[in-house]
Amino acid sequence: MAIRRKDTVLFEKPPVIAAWAAAGGKKEGEGPLASGFDFLTRDAAFPEEACANWEQAESLLQQKAAEACLRKAGISRKEVDLALAGDLQAQCTASNYTMRALEIPFAGIYGACSTMAETLALAASLAAGGAVQQVLAMTSSHFCAAERQFRTPLDYGAKRTPTAQWTATAAGACLLRAPGQAGVPVLSVTFGRVQDYEVHDINNMGAAMMPAAASTLLRYFAATGTAPADFDVIFTGDLGEVGSALLRQQMEQEGVPLPNHQDCGCLLYDVSTQNVQAGGSGPGCSAAVLCAHILPRLQAGEYRRVLFMATGALMSQTTFLQGESIPGIAHCVELAGEGTV
Amino acid sequence: MKLNPKDYAHMVSRASPPSPVAKDCLWAFFVGGGICLLGEILRQFFLIWYDTSLAGTLTSIALIFMSAVCTVAGWYQKLAAKAGAGTLVPITGFANSVVSPAIEFKAEGWVSGVGARIFGIAGPVIAYGTAASAVWGLLYWLLGKVG
Repeated sequence: MAIRRKDTVLFEKPPVIAAWAAAGGKKEGEGPLASGFDFLTRDAAFPEEACANWEQAESLLQQKAAEACLRKAGISRKEVDLALAGDLQAQCTASNYTMRALEIPFAGIYGACSTMAETLALAASLAAGGAVQQVLAMTSSHFCAAERQFRTPLDYGAKRTPTAQWTATAAGACLLRAPGQAGVPVLSVTFGRVQDYEVHDINNMGAAMMPAAASTLLRYFAATGTAPADFDVIFTGDLGEVGSALLRQQMEQEGVPLPNHQDCGCLLYDVSTQNVQAGGSGPGCSAAVLCAHILPRLQAGEYRRVLFMATGALMSQTTFLQGESIPGIAHCVELAGEGTV
Repeated sequence: MKLNPKDYAHMVSRASPPSPVAKDCLWAFFVGGGICLLGEILRQFFLIWYDTSLAGTLTSIALIFMSAVCTVAGWYQKLAAKAGAGTLVPITGFANSVVSPAIEFKAEGWVSGVGARIFGIAGPVIAYGTAASAVWGLLYWLLGKVG
């Protein structure tokens, strides 16, 4: 049974992440986490698979992550009860077309860059409640598909501001199983509340999402009676350098300093040399860092307990042009080292 | 949470690194100046055979053509990422803003993709440029009437 404490759902018998996989493109392969990826390609346009456009390319990348995850779990796609997936493309088409190929019962999720934590939290809840035995949680993003949808054509000559973030060409997939099996336990999940502190700058998403991250963290600590020191690392999704600095400052003001905070947007790339401005972003960013960096360390016993909290900016191109501010959300998943529970 | 939008706006502006203005200006000055210099060289070259007006037109055409070639090859965007206004302001920037959506939206077809979106970036410049010229034309005519 799950116990509900305020916004946090605690699992008495925790469901587990039994297998995971990360897929990435060229820039991700040149980054510090390259060795943790299960699939890397030099050309994320997939010309060898006769891929016709960037939307298809993202779908293929997500498929690579899903296939690698199932392979590592040692099961076929027919044994999966449900897949929860989402992405940035309009109407979540990268996931829809991935699921057309995989033929697994599917529920599409949209949480912008918070999608990995959102699908993971939902999958864990379903697995803990006995609704599913084996469930996939996954997401992706593709720099080129995101640029052409949200910004300008790829060949348009534009300068990026130092606060802008780089959409990762990456995907991550996790297979969760019902409690009592081998894997990384999911101890609790906290669904965030939408926060809007009137940030309008579309080139400063970290700042737009920071209040959501701080709000979810504070609610989580209050509900569970825990403190930052109880965790090896507190990972945020993709606040980048600007959002991360703001989060640490805000938490300091709240009397809950975060000395052990790391941000997926600053881990996926070498921010000082890879020309990604303030860091990585996109749903694939936190998904890839989770699968290539965090979960392997939880499995190896290097971490005993961590928080994984992905953040999302919930505006659209239309609301942005209409002058609306950018609302943010953050979902938090508490993970334990394999074998520690 | 101990936060309000007004204080947060200050916090954000303090935490956000500014663009390196001096470096950006130098890049823009030299690259933009370089493109103009290239234009002048071309104009002098065309003046060998043609009159001033035709040489000017040929210079514009040549720069637009070069920009289109560089855009297709993926070079213009790379240069613009450093040069900023230096590549945006000259006529080559305008050409880049038309050619880049033409390449990008080919995937959506020749009519609804390329045709519908080719002026997505340049469109506002064309629309308001035309409107401004109409207003100026009217003023010019009125000034002529007055004296």
